[in-house]
Amino acid sequence: MDIARVDQIIDRYGADESYLIQVLLDIQTENNWLPQEALERVAERLRVPLSRILHIATFYKAFSTVPKGRHRIHVCMGTACHVRGAQRVLDAVQEATGIKPGETDLELKFSLETVNCLGCCALGPVMEIDGKTYGKMTPAETAEALRNHD
Amino acid sequence: MERLHSPAELEAFRKAVLADRAPDQPCITLCAGSACHACGCNDVAEAVRVELAKQGLADRVHLRLTGCHGFCERGPILVIQPESVCYFQLTAADVPEIIEKTVKAGERVERLLYVDPDSGEPLAREDEIPFYKYQQRIVFGSNGSIDPKSIEDYVAIGGYSALAKALSEMTPEQVLDEVKRANLRGRGGGGFPAGIKWEGTRNAPDPVKYVVVNADEGDPGAYMDRSLLEGNPHAVLEGLILGAYAVGAHEGYVYVRQEYPLAVENVTLAIQKAEELGLLGDDILGSGFSFRVKVHRGAGAFVCGESTALMTAIEGRVGEPRPKYIRSNVRGLWNRPTVLNNVETWANVPLIIQNGADWFTRIGTEGSKGTKIFSIVGKITNTGLVEVPMGMTLRDIIYKIGGGIPGGKRLKAVQTGGPSGGCLPEDMLDLPVGFDELTQAGSMMGSGGMIVMDEDTCMVDVARYFIEFLTDESCGKCVPCREGLRQMLAILTRICRGEGREGDLETLEDLSVVAKEAALCGLGKSAPNPFLSTLRYFRDEYEAHIREKRCPALSCKDLIAFHIDPDRCRACGRCRRKCPAEAISGAKNVIHQIDQDLCTKCGTCLEVCPERFGAVRKISGEPVPPPLPEDQRTVRARG
Repeated sequence: MDIARVDQIIDRYGADESYLIQVLLDIQTENNWLPQEALERVAERLRVPLSRILHIATFYKAFSTVPKGRHRIHVCMGTACHVRGAQRVLDAVQEATGIKPGETDLELKFSLETVNCLGCCALGPVMEIDGKTYGKMTPAETAEALRNHD
Repeated sequence: MERLHSPAELEAFRKAVLADRAPDQPCITLCAGSACHACGCNDVAEAVRVELAKQGLADRVHLRLTGCHGFCERGPILVIQPESVCYFQLTAADVPEIIEKTVKAGERVERLLYVDPDSGEPLAREDEIPFYKYQQRIVFGSNGSIDPKSIEDYVAIGGYSALAKALSEMTPEQVLDEVKRANLRGRGGGGFPAGIKWEGTRNAPDPVKYVVVNADEGDPGAYMDRSLLEGNPHAVLEGLILGAYAVGAHEGYVYVRQEYPLAVENVTLAIQKAEELGLLGDDILGSGFSFRVKVHRGAGAFVCGESTALMTAIEGRVGEPRPKYIRSNVRGLWNRPTVLNNVETWANVPLIIQNGADWFTRIGTEGSKGTKIFSIVGKITNTGLVEVPMGMTLRDIIYKIGGGIPGGKRLKAVQTGGPSGGCLPEDMLDLPVGFDELTQAGSMMGSGGMIVMDEDTCMVDVARYFIEFLTDESCGKCVPCREGLRQMLAILTRICRGEGREGDLETLEDLSVVAKEAALCGLGKSAPNPFLSTLRYFRDEYEAHIREKRCPALSCKDLIAFHIDPDRCRACGRCRRKCPAEAISGAKNVIHQIDQDLCTKCGTCLEVCPERFGAVRKISGEPVPPPLPEDQRTVRARG
C-alpha cells in the first residue's frame, strides 16, 4: 500500500493517538489487509509503539495481517442461523473451497470467515459472498452459489 | 439550513416543515432495513421510482425509504399512507399493479396482503395484523414512518421537543430526577437503573464528564439496536443530549460496530444535521449548554460491549475490561466520570422527558417499567423485532405475535439474554418478561434476543455453541474465563461427539462455579449460564448423550446416521443426484442405499426425498440396519 495514502488517512484524524483503531479500520477497509509497512508508518506518525499496534491488529476481528482472497465469504454462525442449520452451510463451504474459517486459499480466490450475526435472522441460515446476502441456504444451494464465482 | 437559536425557532421550523406536507398526500413507505435490503428492497424502490415517473405521479406521491418495520419475515415491506395498506414480500414486478390499483384507484391488491392464519381472511392495515396488533411500539414505532436520513422527518413527528422542553423549562437536576422516577433500567443487559448511574456521574467531583452510546451490539440473534440506530438515529441522539445536560457532560461518543455500516452512516449524518440546526454544538437552542458527539467504530470484539472494555477501545487500545472497584460512572473513559447506556435506553429518554415519568411508569411491571424490544428469531413463524410492554408473557410474545412454531413442530425452549443468558423450557412460557423475573428463572433479559428452539434443537449442542462463542470472544485477561471456558468447551464437545464420561457434568459444574465467582467482568461471570440453565431444565438430554450415546433431538452429527428405508424407497433417484458426497448408490428400480463411510451427514437426502415417500430417516442411539443384499434391491410394485 502506498505510504502517501496511509498519510492521507492519518491526516483525516489529525494524527491523534486515540484514533489509532479508526485509522487501522480505514486502512483495512481500503486495502483489505494491514501490510507491515503501513503499520510502521502509523506507529511513526501516531507515536505509538509497533507492539501495541500489533496487539490491536491481532485482537480485533476486523483486522487481517495477511492478504485476503478475491471473494470474501462470510457464513453467519449467529444463534438463529445455528438452530436453522448454519453448521451444514459452513461444512458445505469448507467442502467446496477446501479452506477453514480464517483461511485463504493458495490462489487467493476465496477467504472464509464466520461471523456472529448479520442481523438478517429472518433469512437464516445466511451466507454473504462479497457483501451480497444469500438467505435460507441449503448445502446444495451453497455449493451452487460458490460455483458462480471465479 | 438555518441555525436555530431558541425553542421558539424550533417550533417555527417544525411548523414550516409540516406546512410543506399535505397530511392526505399519498406516501409510499418502503422498509430499507438490513433484512429487507437483503431481500431486494432496492429493486422495489427503483421500480416505484420508475413507475411513479412513468405514470406522471412523481410530484403527487412521495416515496420514503424508512428504517426497519420489524416484520423481517415478510420483507420487503411496503406501506401506503395515509390508509396504511401493507404489502409484503414484494418483487419489483408487483409494483406497477400496486401503483395502478392502490395509489390511483384506492383498491387493494389482494394477493400481496397478509392473510390471517386463523381465519384465512386477508388483512390490509398494520393495526389489524396480529404481529403488530399486540405490540406497544412507543420507541420503535416511528421507524416505519420516517426517513432516517432526514432531520425534518424527525422534527415533523415532534422530535427534539423533549430537548427544547428540558433546556428551557427544566434544570439538569429535574431532568435527572424525572429519569430516576421513571425507573428506567438499562436495556443492554444488566438492567441497572439509569437514573442512579447518572446521579453518580453528576455528583462526581471531576468537572470533565462523558456520555457514551453503547451500540456494540454483539449478541447473536439480537439486532434491535442496529435497527434503532439505522432507522431513528435522532431519537438516540436526543436522548444522549438530554443525558449530557442532566449530568453536565460536554462531550459524547457513539461506539458502533463497523459491521453495521448503515448504522455508522446514518448516525454520522444525524450528528452532522443536528449540528447544522444548532441542536448540537455551542449554545444549544440559546440555552448556553454546549455538547458535541463523535462516532467511534468498533473493530469487532464481543467483549467491547462490556462497559469498561468499550471505554478502553474508545481510548484507542485493546478492549480489555478492568476491575470495577470504582464504577465507571465515577471513573470511566480517560478516568473521567462516564455515563454509558445502551442504544435503546437512550432512545427511551426523550419519551420520558416529553411525557413525564408518571406516563412511563404506567407501562410495565412493578420492577420493570416501560417497553422492551425483543428480536424473536430461530424456529418461529414471524421472525422480527417486536416491542411489548414489560410483563407480557413469553407465551403471548411467541404465539400471539410470533405466530408460533412453523412446520407443526413443538416448542422445546426459548433462549433469552444472548450468549450469557439461559434456556427456558416450555412449561415456563407463562413467565412475564421483566428483568427480575428472567433472572430468577436462571436466564436474563440481556439486550432482548429471544431465540425459539423446537424439538429438532439439541440443548447440549446449544450449550456447546454458546460456550464456544464465549471462548472465542474471551479477551484472555483473566484465568477463570480464558482457561475455564476452554476446558468447558472441550468437555461439551466431547459429549456432543458421544465421548462423554461419568463425572463430566460434575466437572462442568465445578468450572462454572469458578468462572462465576472469580472472572473479572460480566462476560466471564455469566458465561456458564447457558450450560447451567440447560442442565437445570434438560438434564435428561445430557444423560442420553453421555450414557446412551444418543442425541434425542437427532442433531449432533457424530451421534446420528441417515438411513433409507428399503420398504419406502421408490428409487426416484433424487437423493442420489443431489448427494454432494456421492454416498448414495442405486439406479432405476434399484432401492437406494447410503454408504455410511462416505456420508457427510449434510441431510440433503432427507430434504429432497419426496414427502409422499418419506424414505429417508435420521437415527440415533441404535445401530444402522445392514445394507440389503444385491438380489433384494429391486423395487417391488406396490400392492
